[in-house]
This record gives sequence, structure tokens and C-alpha cells, in this order.
Amino acid sequence: MCTGIVETATVSGSGKGPQGWFKLERVNVSYDHPTDALLEHALNIDFVSQKEGPGARVAVELSSESARKLVEAILTTLSRGEAERLG
Amino acid sequence: MHPYTTDMYEGMIAETFMLQGYNGDMINAYYARPLGPGTFPGVVLIHHMPGWDELYREFTRKFAHHGYLAISPNIYYRFGHGSPDDMSAKVRGSGGVADDSVVGDVEGSVRFLKSLPLCNGKVGVFGTCSGGRQAFLAACKLDTLDAAVDCWGGNVVQPKEKLTSKQPVAPIDYTKDLSCPLLGLFGEEDQNPTPQQVDTLEEELKRYRKNYEFHMFPKAAHGFFYYDRPAYRQEQAVDGWKKLFSFFEKHLGTKS
Repeated sequence: MCTGIVETATVSGSGKGPQGWFKLERVNVSYDHPTDALLEHALNIDFVSQKEGPGARVAVELSSESARKLVEAILTTLSRGEAERLG
Repeated sequence: MHPYTTDMYEGMIAETFMLQGYNGDMINAYYARPLGPGTFPGVVLIHHMPGWDELYREFTRKFAHHGYLAISPNIYYRFGHGSPDDMSAKVRGSGGVADDSVVGDVEGSVRFLKSLPLCNGKVGVFGTCSGGRQAFLAACKLDTLDAAVDCWGGNVVQPKEKLTSKQPVAPIDYTKDLSCPLLGLFGEEDQNPTPQQVDTLEEELKRYRKNYEFHMFPKAAHGFFYYDRPAYRQEQAVDGWKKLFSFFEKHLGTKS
């Protein structure tokens, strides 16, 4: 399929791309054709920096199941970390 | 089909060059043509969402091998330059490329091909995936095309909630303006376009008495020509290419 489904968010942090570390500005999350994953469609995440150009990109292409596991892992880790910091 | 025997002379040139596209902008394009004086029919290839990539260069040379002046404009040119997958990601994250921009780039490509003494005056358009949608759109918006091939173009039947400032009108709404014969190749397991959406488009084509030919391939989904992807279906792809070249030969003619 060819969905064009994309959500974007402003983010801050760092990512490591082919040229080394760079400051992240934005994340694009799409559900569409992957480039490399052997899936017909995938949950694609691109951490990018417009300042650094199109090559400054940290990309992952995940199956739906993997994407849900990632979301759970992030939320669980975040809540544990924040609880420890605040407690 | 293109006559092909082992005793014939064959040559081809393929290279990138600059072309005047939408809004008078200069963009780059990949151009492949058979050697020899011609004349030859022309084809404009609109690359798919994964980008202006190696596969589309192969497709462009395939058309040249079959006797066409083939040109694949870089419809992502205005977004900058990088690897095809990085550029595709950038365009995807920017909400895609504007319909007007693509149609303008196709118009410039057709103008270029028809200006060549090598060209027999007939030019078709071909696209897969998002390029299939844009091929249909170009065939409706331009009156300089002589045939169009839409391979599994999603969002031709585009729900209102998916319209954007870059894609403000569903291509199906332009059906009455379709200016040339249309070939559609689709997979019955595709989710965009679904077989139901293909039926909806077909009803609209019938309503306006358009010249079209649709083929729905069994056991095939989206992108069944892509030999490097899991969606590849050998039997359906071979049959699809055969139908495609037969259609173009009928409407664009052959090398003379």
C-alpha cells in the first residue's frame, strides 16, 4: 500500500547518523513502504535535522508488533526512570 | 512486442541531464534512449514513493531497450539531494510532493521528448505506486499525452480526510478530463488501492465513456513488479510487462 500516513513531532536530543552524532530537531513517524525491511508496509521512524541535511537521519523500519513493543518499552523505562528520580 | 533477435544491432545511451519542469524550474532527469536515428515513441516515468532510485533507472533503461525515448524526472529535486532513501524520507516527512509540481514536471518532460527529431510525436506516461496515481493525474490535467499506465496507484480514489494543500483534489474527480487511453494494472490483495476502489474508478471511467483497460492480478498485492521486495510476483509481473508494452505499442507506435 501507499498510505502517505505520517505524524511528526519536534524533539530535542542527539542521534548518531552516518556522519556521527548530530542534534535532533524532529521525528517523522510513518506507516508506509519500508526501504529495507522485508515487509510490505512498516512503522518507519526517522529522527532528522533539517539544518544538517537529508543525510542526517537515524532511521528504523519496524513491523507493527515490534513498534508496539518499542512503545511499551519506552513508556515502561520512562516511568521507572522518572519514578526513581522523583522518589 | 518489440522484435528482439540475437543478430540485431543494439545500442543505448543513458545519462542524467537538466530539464525544464514545473514553474520553469530546472530539475534533473534520467534519460535513456536507443541509439539510431529513430523515430521512436517516448515515455515519461514517474518514480515511486521510495524515491528516484536504482529501480527507476532500470525501468527507464528497460523502456529504451524496448525502443522508447524514456525519461524519468526527479520529482523530488526541489527537496534537495542525498541518497534516494534519505530523500524519500525527507519528502515523506514533508507531507509528500505537490500534485501541481509533479504534473508540471511531466509536462516539461513531454515537451522535451516531443521537441526531439528522434521522437515520432507520441508520448506516454508510466508510474507505479504514488507514481501510478500521478500518471493518472497527469493524463487528466495535460492534453499532450497519448497513453497512460497506472500501476497500483493508491489514493486515486482519495477520501476527503486525506486531501491536503499539496494534494487538494482526489484524482478521480478529474476523470472527465482524461485525455488519452489508460491502462491500469492492479493486485487483488492490494490495500491501497483496494479492488473496491479500482471498481469505483472503473465506474467513473465508464460514466465518461473513457478508453481504458484494467487488469486485476490474482495473488498479487502492491508493487508486484518490484523484484527486490517481498511483494514481487514473478508470473503476474511478466504478464503485466507484456500487457504494458502491448498497450504502449498500440497507442504510441514503435520505432520506425
